[in-house]
Amino acid sequence: MQKELWKGNEAIAEAAIRAGCKYFFGYPITPQTEVPEYLSLRLPEIGGCFLQAESEVAAINMVYGAAGCGVRVMTSSSSPGISLKQEGITYLCGAELPCVIINVMRGGPGLGTIQPAQGDYYQATRGGGNGDYRTPVLAPANVQEAADFVRLAFDIADQYRNPVMVLADGMIGQMMEAVEWGEMEKRNLPAKDWATTGTKCEREHNIINSLYIKPEVCAEHNEHLERKYKALEENEVRYEEVNTDGCEVLFAAYGTTSRICRAAMKMLADEGIKAGLFRPITLWPYPYDALKKCASQDSIKAVVDVEMSLGQMMDDVKIALEGAKPISFIGKAGGIVPTPRDVADAAKKALGR
Amino acid sequence: MAIVYQKSKGLTDKELHYCPGCTHGIAHKLVAETLEELGVIGTTIGVAPVGCSVFAYDYFACDMHEAAHGRAPAVATGIKRVSPEGTTVFTYQGDGDLAAIGTAEIVHAAMRGEKITTIFINNAIYGMTGGQMAPTTLVGQKATTCPLGRSKEHYGEPIRMCEMLSTINGCVYAERVCVTDMGNLNKAKKAIKKAFELQQQGAGFTFVEILAACPTNWGKSPVKAVEWLKENMIPYFPLGVYKDITAEVK
Repeated sequence: MQKELWKGNEAIAEAAIRAGCKYFFGYPITPQTEVPEYLSLRLPEIGGCFLQAESEVAAINMVYGAAGCGVRVMTSSSSPGISLKQEGITYLCGAELPCVIINVMRGGPGLGTIQPAQGDYYQATRGGGNGDYRTPVLAPANVQEAADFVRLAFDIADQYRNPVMVLADGMIGQMMEAVEWGEMEKRNLPAKDWATTGTKCEREHNIINSLYIKPEVCAEHNEHLERKYKALEENEVRYEEVNTDGCEVLFAAYGTTSRICRAAMKMLADEGIKAGLFRPITLWPYPYDALKKCASQDSIKAVVDVEMSLGQMMDDVKIALEGAKPISFIGKAGGIVPTPRDVADAAKKALGR
Repeated sequence: MAIVYQKSKGLTDKELHYCPGCTHGIAHKLVAETLEELGVIGTTIGVAPVGCSVFAYDYFACDMHEAAHGRAPAVATGIKRVSPEGTTVFTYQGDGDLAAIGTAEIVHAAMRGEKITTIFINNAIYGMTGGQMAPTTLVGQKATTCPLGRSKEHYGEPIRMCEMLSTINGCVYAERVCVTDMGNLNKAKKAIKKAFELQQQGAGFTFVEILAACPTNWGKSPVKAVEWLKENMIPYFPLGVYKDITAEVK
């Protein structure tokens, strides 16, 4: 198949169009602005609508309105803007509205920096909004995956009636790589008979809503959501293992840092140390069982968590391992990307060499 | 026997939760009758706010969205931009929702000339949470968060939304009405109908502000509340048409 050179953010935008998304509401913020820029030109060409909102708050609520009408709709932002969208995300989850949210992460907290980071892991996987809700999170490690995961995200969103987040970072968003636009696996998706498309005076009115004022009813709604989240945990966990069979040290890393681990693994191999990589692709649902199974191999003496944050995913690695293996951490927050040498040295230190 | 009056088909059979003397019931009726008369109940999508009229989604017979506090104009924008041509979209919002937490959303919906109709219920108080100060609470008016009366020095003077929005080009119609008597009720109905008609014509953003009574949180009987509204609210929030592009064309 033909390979094309795509910039990450533009590949994300084009992937949305190829997934049948004709509507986008967003607000400019570095380092994701190429997503709205690309769509501002392309969506009108295909009879869709691009709208630059007055704020991220307004944009996510426009997504709520659009998703409630049953169309495929997307928004994108970067860390501080995603903070502003949290209100909308919890309402989208409460009202069970499918949509795709892109976060091209930059350094934080606050205004932070515009350089790549992975400091929104807690926000993405634990939820920054109120209440018991979950959003599936797909973490691409290259531009091809960014393009693939956007299309996958729309399907998961429609299948489970839930927002889905694609969590990239400034590195993925800004770099150019080869992309193949292959066909995605087709899913059997449920009809959107709940959407507000006008009653035509032929049916009861449809209501898009997250308010359940009676506690018994609200509790029931929460239990319904929980069953859905359990189904996601059963069906949608994704991860990758690289060189894990018989490795001495296991890296746990996602997105950009997983690529640094791959480079570090080569350095370590040259020094006679066999290192493996466990890469969660869905950050929620997290591949706890798979990581535990992988790390339980007798050959593994140490697990090293590598992140462009101060160790937010460490919590999940610890939950997965249940104390089975020693875990150490190497990483930087605030827009600094760790080097392969840093990571290789951390692995050697963890092995006591 | 001839039927001379019946409940609008624009309303469901759900029992309203509003207090005695509250204006919401009348305002709902006027909107519902308008949708019925224009024959658009089946092609309308409404957006309910957060506040006393939060359950409006249960009362209007058309498809409805419940928005987050203040975000109704943004939600309505999303609906309007993805719905087939000819879809009618309205928001129904109170003063806290529209003039405090949702000020940005309403101003920018007006700026874009979003082809929606906003029904703004101004009762100068937060009703649902129990009588706190609103952005439209009058100077000197008591509320649970300004128990000695709104202080101009501390909080400034109440915001006038009709006046403000009418300065925006995208806003093609803005009128302030009240429903304290039959004459004003008829004027209110005409204003609402005109707003929806202009939306159907694709003219731009349309806005009807209804001065409303809140006997419960004003601590007054329904009759005294109407008197208070006439004596205190109307002088500060004058009734009338603030913007009508069809009049300018004439």
